[in-house]
Amino acid sequence: MFARGLKRKCADHEEDMGGALAGFRAVPSYSLQRQSLLDMSLVKLQLCHMLVEPNLCRSVLIANTVRQIQEEMTQDGTWRVAAPQSTGRAPLDRLVSTEILCRSMREQDGVHPAPGMGDDHVLGPGSELSTVTSAQTPRDPQNSVWEMDSPRENRGNFQKSLDQIFETLETRNPSSAEELFSDMDSSYYDLDTVLTGVVSRAEPGPCDGLQGLPPVATPASSSSCKSDLGELDHVMEILVET
Amino acid sequence: VAEADIISTVEFNYSGDLLATGDKGGRVVIFQREQENKSRPHSRGEYNVYSTFQSHEPEFDYLKSLEIEEKINKIRWLPQQNAAHFLLSTNDKTIKLWKISERDKRAEGYNLKDEDGRLRDPFRITALRVPILKPMDLMVEASPRRIFANAHTYHINSISVNSDHETYLSADDLRINLWHLEITDRSFNIVDMKPANMEELAEVITAAEFHPHQCNVLVYSSSKGTVRLCDMRSSALCDRHSKFFEEPEDPSSRSFFSEIISSISDVKFSHSGRYMMTRDYLSVKVWDLNMESRPVETHQVHEYLRSKLCSLYENDCIFDKFECCWNGSDSAIMTGSYNNFFRMFDRNARRDVTLEASRENSKPRASLKPRKVCTGGKRKKDEISVDSLDFNKKILHTAWHPLENIIAVAATNNLYIFQDKVN
Repeated sequence: MFARGLKRKCADHEEDMGGALAGFRAVPSYSLQRQSLLDMSLVKLQLCHMLVEPNLCRSVLIANTVRQIQEEMTQDGTWRVAAPQSTGRAPLDRLVSTEILCRSMREQDGVHPAPGMGDDHVLGPGSELSTVTSAQTPRDPQNSVWEMDSPRENRGNFQKSLDQIFETLETRNPSSAEELFSDMDSSYYDLDTVLTGVVSRAEPGPCDGLQGLPPVATPASSSSCKSDLGELDHVMEILVET
Repeated sequence: VAEADIISTVEFNYSGDLLATGDKGGRVVIFQREQENKSRPHSRGEYNVYSTFQSHEPEFDYLKSLEIEEKINKIRWLPQQNAAHFLLSTNDKTIKLWKISERDKRAEGYNLKDEDGRLRDPFRITALRVPILKPMDLMVEASPRRIFANAHTYHINSISVNSDHETYLSADDLRINLWHLEITDRSFNIVDMKPANMEELAEVITAAEFHPHQCNVLVYSSSKGTVRLCDMRSSALCDRHSKFFEEPEDPSSRSFFSEIISSISDVKFSHSGRYMMTRDYLSVKVWDLNMESRPVETHQVHEYLRSKLCSLYENDCIFDKFECCWNGSDSAIMTGSYNNFFRMFDRNARRDVTLEASRENSKPRASLKPRKVCTGGKRKKDEISVDSLDFNKKILHTAWHPLENIIAVAATNNLYIFQDKVN
């Protein structure tokens, strides 16, 4: 189900190959691990204590991690622009969006990587999951999950700063990749990832490969798309049942 | 374990006779060392409760609709000048100066009031008498003498008394303020890391301390693993540092967690003032103040956690702030770890040891047995494997007696005091 090996761009091939292939447990692909780390980080930023002012140091460190991942994904080209969608739909149609997400995932099956990314980086639809998500759902800060959980007007400097931290990530570069990120209704995305994050915690080491490796994109097999679809179905079940 | 009982700070006073602890419930408990007593030789060096008082109460910030925790973040003693003892204790927003004094006598025989305190009718008084002092049971009273409030927008993480004994600093996530101990309605901002645009915030202050001898020098550490040394003589606002301490990153070990684990959780000057020590997530580093490019010593605290960083990020343990401390002669340093383990490094002998603060695993008055964590392969007897470590049992706060080999270790809600074996 997961890609077998992790390919390091620079330095020690042997060490890496030995380490990666020697393990009996299948290691998820680098981009999947990176995605899962991004998901986890976004959840952490949002699930703050509502009563007590959250720890600023922790939030800054997590936000910096998110920024790092986003920068790397921008360099890889995994942070891609999708065709602009009509945004006439109401932001509360999140359940519908999931359905459409699945549909466009299948449509995007077998998309080839954008030019100029290098031979090594063949990206499967799995890593495009986030980009499709962002394109589909219009950004509406009023209705974001985070804001809804905290209806009070004056939430304090910190939460405003966090909002702005996110805005930073979208406004700093005028590139199309940034635009994409700015269109993202982070609320929906995170609702999705909150559920998948909770659900898919089974494996003990989904992130193992992320540590100690220099950032690099790795080949993702097309089967990772299936696992994402499976997760989406699961999400749909949960949403519908509640 | 009741959350309010979790110890959040430990500090010996200058003589080492008093040991103060603060907890999440806002209470301060002070222990006093028993005097040597020939009839009870074992009681020498034992610390017993001397005073307990409620330092901070929970508050509510109505403007932000947020609670202000009563947890005591730091306690710092003032040098003793008379019979009373003074300490500073702080929560996230307010610093208080407490006076702890003993009372073992009371006056009897007042003219204007009865023994039970009722006022006497002045016309009934026919003779005057001088009140006399009579002994009473020792009472230790703590009273708040100063309250330093409303100077911090962000959470206070450090306080440090200056060597001039008149001023002190308080540091929050973005700013450091200078106070005079006598003045509560005014403080001077000496460091400000707040960016003009909060969207650009990427680095916060994590700890700050005054130099032990030079009253114009202070250091502060950041979440990016750097330490800045400032000289208050150079300018009123110490935005430009005199020295900048940062170890270049090892490119071969770079990961998404590199910045987080480089974040410094504590910085402490050596008693001599020549060195300083920084604690980041996996190591303790000793720096020579004259060399900014890299530390002179690096000690691994729990390197076996490096391969577990993702899980530790997931359960938030990677954000735990461990403190560190020097012994009185600066020959040894100590810091905490997980599973109620703490580590001591002998700088001269270049040896280190892992010990455990746990009632189950050590009998009173017995020597502590060194512990070992098994990192892989076959686990030897008495070793504990990394996966069996209890990450809820963390030792964040430790203190070393300023003169003797006595250490205080806070393990969640328990305080352990260890000392060298006396033959």
